[in-house]
Amino acid sequence: MAEVLVYVDHVDGAVRKPTLELLTLARRVGEPVAVALGAGAADTAAVLGEHGAVKVLTHDAAEYADYLVVPKVDALQAAVAAVSPAAVLVPSSAEGKEIAARLALRLGSGIITDAVDLESGDEGPVATQSVFAASFTTKSRVSKGTPVITVKPNSAAVEAAPANPAVEALEVSFSAQATGTKVTARTPRESTGRPELTEAAIVVSGGRGVNGADNFAIIEALADSLGAAVGASRAAVDAGWYPHTNQVGQTGKSVSPQLYIANGISGAIQHRAGMQTSKTIVAVNKDAEAPIFDLVDYGVVGDLFDVVPALTEEIKARKG
Amino acid sequence: MSLRIVVTVKYVPDATGDRHFADDLTVDRDDVDGLLSELDEYAVEQALQISENSDDDVEITVLTVGPEDAKDALRKALSMGADKAIHVEDDDLHGTDAIGTSLVLAKAIEKAGYDLVISGMASTDGTMGVVPALLAERLGVPQVTLLSEVSVEDGTVKGRRDGDAASEQLEASLPAVVSVTDQSGEARYPSFKGIMAAKKKPVEAWDLSDLDLEAEEVGLEGSYTVVDSAAERPARTAGTIVKDEGEGGKQLAEFLASQKFI
Ligand SMILES: Cc1cc2nc3c(=O)[nH]c(=O)nc-3n(C[C@H](O)[C@H](O)[C@H](O)COP(=O)(O)OP(=O)(O)OC[C@H]3O[C@@H](n4cnc5c(N)ncnc54)[C@H](O)[C@@H]3O)c2cc1C
Ligand SMILES: Cc1cc2nc3c(=O)[nH]c(=O)nc-3n(C[C@H](O)[C@H](O)[C@H](O)COP(=O)(O)OP(=O)(O)OC[C@H]3O[C@@H](n4cnc5c(N)ncnc54)[C@H](O)[C@@H]3O)c2cc1C
Repeated sequence: MAEVLVYVDHVDGAVRKPTLELLTLARRVGEPVAVALGAGAADTAAVLGEHGAVKVLTHDAAEYADYLVVPKVDALQAAVAAVSPAAVLVPSSAEGKEIAARLALRLGSGIITDAVDLESGDEGPVATQSVFAASFTTKSRVSKGTPVITVKPNSAAVEAAPANPAVEALEVSFSAQATGTKVTARTPRESTGRPELTEAAIVVSGGRGVNGADNFAIIEALADSLGAAVGASRAAVDAGWYPHTNQVGQTGKSVSPQLYIANGISGAIQHRAGMQTSKTIVAVNKDAEAPIFDLVDYGVVGDLFDVVPALTEEIKARKG
Repeated sequence: MSLRIVVTVKYVPDATGDRHFADDLTVDRDDVDGLLSELDEYAVEQALQISENSDDDVEITVLTVGPEDAKDALRKALSMGADKAIHVEDDDLHGTDAIGTSLVLAKAIEKAGYDLVISGMASTDGTMGVVPALLAERLGVPQVTLLSEVSVEDGTVKGRRDGDAASEQLEASLPAVVSVTDQSGEARYPSFKGIMAAKKKPVEAWDLSDLDLEAEEVGLEGSYTVVDSAAERPARTAGTIVKDEGEGGKQLAEFLASQKFI
């Protein structure tokens, strides 16, 4: 059976959920071979094995942290040369897309970004994309070279598929470009203790209607009652009420949770672009004409300052 | 010293219009108004600011690959303050994918001459966010992308990249390819003077032969990807909408419980 390379997104050995989803999709197309780079790379093997990786290629070097993108492209290129895979799958983060694009160019291959599903087909893997702010669904293929495909978070279920992976050291020689862009300082994000926005099963968002940074406490309280991540519209972010890392939409994060609750958000096309593929959508908005209501499974026309705290109380009461 | 900046700008269908696909599964450009991708205005703005903050003699060229109407995007960028424009237009470009677009852009950038390329973070139609990385790979120069802050001094470009896990300070020597996000600073509106001046600024038109490219290398034919189908997403089934008369929170909790979220 053909092998499929999966690029592992991890933080010091802790594998992020989208990579495990990629392993589910990779198994539809072939046998997953994972590539883990940087500090903690070898620590990823156990969890990757539990989810179906038959082999884990690892390499650590200072270059991965000290220089932008290119060292990782060099390593993936070495892995492709070693394995000759049927496809390369990369998580659709901003960096993942850049790595994938440069790799595709070097391989003489096409690239598809932001797939939301993947099936095997007669002429290679077929990717589903959700485009034009999720108003169209396309099916596309890479027609030249080894397909390089990036996949959005929450595109597949994480499935246990125990394998006993061989862990092998990958040989990498860095290209002349590898040290072109130096990372001179790095400030890690502080953890909020809440789930990662793009990975969360439930997202609770606030918009301009929240009307102030302090008021976001009621959005956070609702989120915490549900174990949810907190999102914000660009209007709320631009006003300085909530950090940009929490922005949902075209120029923020794209989320696809089981449940999305929009509070005081009108539903502009650029916001919809980041949340329209959510399974269940709920909105609280005092304007019955707000476009967000066109998307909802359940909507409450009302003042969020009444509805949201009442909802939070009711959830807490029901959860006991 | 002189600094030659090339800003890549894309002409896109208006996101607030009714965007759809033509019969050959490329973007239908006939029924929706086009405009300069809003995210590329940030790239033009940063080029202007670099120029304003520099003692060097800075020349800003805006470059687009696109159909006849893409001139509108160039005019807008010129009226914001760019010095000149290049329009790569050729019927054979219809349906070019990201790999092909980066080839055409890289050839044009090399022909124009550059010290710094500035792109947007992503287009508002394809939204791939890959062309700047592809340009850096093709040109063999550093990639300094997704910056929310950028400065150029003494042949070095520096900037801040806010990633998922960390915020990073980046540094590279020129020549380089930069992309900037919508957090980099509001783009200016063209002034009346700027709009008048733009009418007199030069717009060069290049086709594939000017770039020593063959038709087979680009367009649908030269594409590395194929779109097999495009279907409009079925409208979401109309949901239940209630008016809060004191019970809205409870009713919503009831719905969430019925869907097993509580
Ligand atoms: C290139 C580009 C990229 C963009 N990217 C993004 C993006 O990534 N994400 C994004 O969100 N936007 C993005 N935008 C901006 C987008 O167009 C909208 O301006 C933005 O989403 C509006 O945010 P909002 O819904 O919070 O505010 P508004 O549109 O002002 O809506 C506020 C809503 O709150 C309601 N409200 C007010 N008070 C209350 C109350 N007390 N109780 C209940 N409801 C109340 C109002 O009825 C209204 O519907 C982008 C725009 C452009 C041009
Ligand atoms: C809905 C949709 C999905 C697509 N999916 C794919 C796909 O999966 N794979 C694929 O290979 N192609 C795809 N394409 C085609 C691709 O969008 C175009 O080839 C495009 O020119 C490059 O990608 P982008 O617009 O996403 O650019 P991005 O990489 O998002 O653009 C980043 C920056 O590059 C510059 N830039 C991009 N295009 C131009 C241009 N024509 N002229 C000047 N500057 C430019 C701008 O500065 C822009 O801000 C898709 C197109 C559409 C409309």
